[in-house]
Parts: sequence; C-alpha cells; structure tokens
Amino acid sequence: MSPAPEKTSPAFCVDDLIDDPDTKIIVCCGSGGVGKTTTAAAVGVRAAERGRDVVVLTVDPARRLAQALGLTELDNTPRLVEGVDGELYAMMLDMKRTFDEIVEAHADPERARQILANPFYQSLSSSLSGTQEYMAMEKLGQLHRSGDWDLIIVDTPPSRSALDFLDAPERMGRFLDGRLIKILMAPAKAGGRFGLKVVTAGFSMFTNAITKVLGGQLLKDVQTFVLAFDTMFGGFRERAEQTYRLLQAPGTAFLVVAAPEPDALREASYFIERLAEERMPLAGLVVNRVHRSDASELSAVRSQAAAETLEDRGTHPLAAALLRLHAERMQVTARETRLQESFTSSHPTVPKATVTAMAEDVHDLEGLRCIARELTGVPEEPAA
Amino acid sequence: MSGRDTDWDGVRLHVVTGKGGTGKTTVAASLALALAAGGRKVLLTEVEGRQGIAQLFDCPPLPYEERKVAVAPDGGDVYALAVDPEEAMLEYLEMFYNLKRAGKALTKLGLIDFATTIAPGLRDVLLTGKASEAVRRRDKGGRFVYDAVVMDAPPTGRIGRFLNVNAEVAGLAKVGPIRNHADTVMKVIRSPETAVHFVTLLEEMPVQETLDGIAELRETGLPVGGLVINMVRPPLLPEDDLTLAARDELDVEAIRMGIKAAGIEDRTAEIADALAVEAADHARRTALQEREKARLAEAHVPEYDLPLLGDGMDLAGLYELAADLRNQGAA
Repeated sequence: MSPAPEKTSPAFCVDDLIDDPDTKIIVCCGSGGVGKTTTAAAVGVRAAERGRDVVVLTVDPARRLAQALGLTELDNTPRLVEGVDGELYAMMLDMKRTFDEIVEAHADPERARQILANPFYQSLSSSLSGTQEYMAMEKLGQLHRSGDWDLIIVDTPPSRSALDFLDAPERMGRFLDGRLIKILMAPAKAGGRFGLKVVTAGFSMFTNAITKVLGGQLLKDVQTFVLAFDTMFGGFRERAEQTYRLLQAPGTAFLVVAAPEPDALREASYFIERLAEERMPLAGLVVNRVHRSDASELSAVRSQAAAETLEDRGTHPLAAALLRLHAERMQVTARETRLQESFTSSHPTVPKATVTAMAEDVHDLEGLRCIARELTGVPEEPAA
Repeated sequence: MSGRDTDWDGVRLHVVTGKGGTGKTTVAASLALALAAGGRKVLLTEVEGRQGIAQLFDCPPLPYEERKVAVAPDGGDVYALAVDPEEAMLEYLEMFYNLKRAGKALTKLGLIDFATTIAPGLRDVLLTGKASEAVRRRDKGGRFVYDAVVMDAPPTGRIGRFLNVNAEVAGLAKVGPIRNHADTVMKVIRSPETAVHFVTLLEEMPVQETLDGIAELRETGLPVGGLVINMVRPPLLPEDDLTLAARDELDVEAIRMGIKAAGIEDRTAEIADALAVEAADHARRTALQEREKARLAEAHVPEYDLPLLGDGMDLAGLYELAADLRNQGAA
C-alpha cells in the first residue's frame, strides 16, 4: 500500500509573529463574515499583553466586540482599550472622514470646499466600491507614518471578495488618473470656444451621449469635480503606491482568515496565491469556527447506530438524544476536515491555526484572550 | 397557476437580502425553485458579479444573458441572469437612445466604467432597472414572460440605499431621462408586486442587521417581505435536559450507562463526559437561538425556517430548501 498523502499543515503560532520586534504590520484578510475583526482584536490583545505597543484598526466591528474594545463611536481616532495588561489602542475607520481629510490636506481651502460639496465627490467618498478599502489602506499608512505604535493590526473591509482591498487603491488611482478624466478636463482647462477645437471626436460623442442620457447639469458637475480634483491626482497615485510598497515591506505580515466553508476557503486560496504573486509575506491561515469533539473516536455512523439501538428499545432517552447530537457534530466535523484537507493539499506549506466554534459571539476581552491562545497552535480544550 | 394560497400571492419581484454569510444566494435560488414549481417560469438575477448562482447550480459562469439553469418539481423553469452594470448601461443606451456604436466607443474611453462606478446611484438604477424590466416584460400575446423574478440583492447593510434609487439619483439628476428611468423602476419597487425578504441566521450580528434593515425599509416606505431564518438547528433535547445541560448538571453516569447499553465498550466515561460537554454547548446555542428568535419576532414579519444541511450545500439541498419554503407558504 502506498503511504497516505500528507495532509497536515505546519502549525501557525501567533507568538512567533508578535514577539518578533521586526513585525510592524499585521493585515487580517479574508472574505466577509469569517471573523476577521475578532481575529484582529484577539491578536491585538495578546500582542499588547506581551509587551508590544499595539493599535488595531477595525472596519465595521460587531456591536458587542466594539463594546469589548471600548469603541463607542466612529471617531477615526485610536482609543486606549481598558482592561488590557499593556498598551492596546483600537479605532474604527470612518471612511468618509478619512477621505475628507486627504482632500483637506491636499487642496487649498477654497478648492477643498468645492470638492467636498460636489455630488460626485460625495458619492465617491461614501459609496464607490473600493473606497473603503482605499481608505483603510490610507489610514494604515497614516498610522505607520505617525510612528506612535510599534505594531499595527488592520482588519480589512468586508469586501465581497478578499482581493478587493489589494486592487482598490490601484483601481482608484487609475480611475482618478485615467484617460477619461483627462478628456473630461480638456475643455474645462482650455476654456471657452478655444476648448472646442482641441477636443477629440470621442469627446463630442461623449458629451452628446452623456447630455442626452443624463442631462447637461451632470456633465458640468463632473467637470467641476474633475477640475477641482486635478491637483490631487498625483498625490493619490503616489499614496496608493506608497501603501503598496508598505504592504510588501519586510515588517508586514498577512494573516488570511477563513471559516471551514467552501466559499471562504476558496477565497483564502485565491488570496494566498495572489499574495505570492505580489511578493507580499503570508504569515499563516486562521480557520475560525471549527467544530471539535472530545469523543472523536465515536464516528457519526456508530453514534447514529447506537442512538437507534436505544430508541428501538425505548431505554436511556437522554443518552440516545446525546448520541444523535454527537452524530450531527461528527458529521459537521467530518465535512470541515475534508474541506481543510483539500485546502492543505493545494497549499501544503501554509502554516495554519484553527479556532474552535463557540456557542456565542465573543463579547469581552477574556473571550479574545481565549481565541488568541488557540492561535498559538495549541488547540484549546472546549470549556471543561 | 397553482390553486395554493401563498403568503406572497401577487408578488412578482422577490428581492432577497441578508448579511454576508447568511446564505442569501442559496435562499434566493431555493425561492426561485419554489416559485417555479408547478410549471411556472422564474428569473433569478444576481447583481454583484460574484457568479454565486453558477456555483450553486453547478454550471459555467453566467453571461449577460438569461439562461435556463434548473427545472423545478412538476416542470417549472428557473432562468438565471448575472446582471453586469456595464452591459446593462450599454443595453440601456441601445434600447432608449439607439446609441449602440457610441456605447462601444464610450466603453473604450472608460466612460461606462466611470458612469457605473461613480455617478451616484446610476449603477443601482441599472441593476434594479434590469430586474424591473424583466418583471414588466410581456410576450407577443401580452402575457408576462416571467411569472416571478427573484433578485439576489446586495447585503442588508446596503439594501435600503440600493432599492431607494430615486433618492440616490436625486442628487444627480432632478429632471431628464435618467430620472424618468429611476421613477419607472421605483414604481415597480414600491408596488405591491414587490417584496423584500431578509435572510438571517439566529446569531447576534445578522439579527441586528436584519432588524436595522427592516426598520430602514419601513421608514422609506419600501415593501418588507418575509424573514427567512436560515441554518436552523432544532433542539435535539427536551426542555428539562437543556436546562440541566446548560448548567453542566446532566447525569453523566446515566449517560455512561446508556452508551454502554447501546453497545459502546471503550472509554465510556470519557465519551460520556464529552457528550455532556457537547450537550452544554448545544444548550447554550439553543438558548442563544431562542433569544434571537424573540428579537426577530418583534419585527412582526412572516417567518420561514430553513434547516442547516449537515452535508453542506449542493443541488439536492437546494431542492430540499425549496420544498421547505413551499411547505411554509413562502411560495
């Protein structure tokens, strides 16, 4: 018989990562709803209690988790988390405010006022997909430049795809710096009737179409917006590039977070491949909400059969019910194991840690500490 | 048409929303199957470019074209369409302005990308516009082409803004063709022909978002539909045992005797302990579910429970969930 294929990943230990003083930035990424924020917060608490000066940048945390971190308002300012044995700061990203601040920093007051009042800017800053990602990365850059913390942990926005936040800054840079914008600006810049001569045929077709479909006011708004924004384009692209380089820098580590579900693991896979392409350092994979059993030697099938035996006889109803419960759990466990194994066989070198599924959401620091302990590679026993 | 009464008779546009991870796409697909049962024709649309429908129905990625993806019990058809905002924009230009060639040139210039990404609300008008067009579409004989349209909509956090296209577009165009288009779309969305269903799990965050979402829709006068509670795990223990389990007071010795009687010989004490721990976990989860269910009940919306499928989601599971939805009167 041939030997069974190797299906165990190397163990990920969060302490190796946070105890290394060269680790300056940890980015937690993964698809939506897998517990990224919780993971980021748990790593933050542990790092602070092991002596690092930490700030955790969160995006849209669950209410109770936010409370656990003492985050009561979205004020874009890091706040000291009470009850942690060390220096832990946490903040919630205010996307629009971060964007407004960039505008204010890069444009003179009059121009900034124009930009902030423009309907296009308002749409761009509050609803354009990718803006949140861009702003999270911008905030990361700001925190990094401030030099106030020696470890920054970022929780990436709940994108529909884990990759969005890598692409968003570039996409937005391209968008704000693109050909279209230049064409749009041509008449406004050249001004008056002279402008009409320099514009291309494409432009008149464009203005005709857009006027026809959207109305003339819209075109004027776009042009005003673009013109006012002009001075900032260079700055935007430069900032996006800076952030990108920061993500590639040796002090940065990515933690890919997933749940034992096909979609989440598929996203994690894409992400890991993408990180390799971009030469961005992957620290490991965290699989949250994994079900375990202390009686794993009792398989789903045997447990089910045992329950049936008791039910047929009409004896020991409690044991029968518990055996059914156990069978159900083993079924879930088996499925989760299968999914993780198939992940491991395509990424055999990626260090992995698993976190036990809990009956209730984490809502205090103690819960975060428990999770962090599981991230050290020693599986936590279910509460005894 | 079937002679059954359902909770949503007369509704032809079913918008399905839910927090990420709640199974929104799965529920939308099951609902489409359930609505198609008995020989009806249903269109299932997705608007977020995730190709989630193709994955569920195990077919190649959907183009911007209505394709049959499944046959419902008793011979109904489910068609699917992945609505792409750029394609929808081009279609719109062509349909209303005969601007097909210009549209192509505009795509090259990046205008379509620009317009659909940045113009406030335009993207959403195009996406909802496509669904409302399908709802109103009639064949040569004047009959509706689709008996129902199910939209796998954006997540709960964005649903209010997504559907309230009028308000969105207001900042952009007070008059003009886009505004007219938005008005038409809005008429469909606000009509009794539309229902917005929420998918949730019995967990804290999804429940909170659902309640917030329902309140938001009610405030803006958008039609709240039903509440689909997904992945429900029925309690496997009687009330008394649950109470004891939650307090870690189950009779472990009785459990040990029971599993022994069932023919399990090895490590019975350890297994009995483990089973008691699992029971406590189950009891806590059940208590949490009850709490969250009580909170949901305050929204006063028809509820439908869908079970957690132990083997994960597959095509057979979709049919199972579709039957569950039908049995509870959701379709």
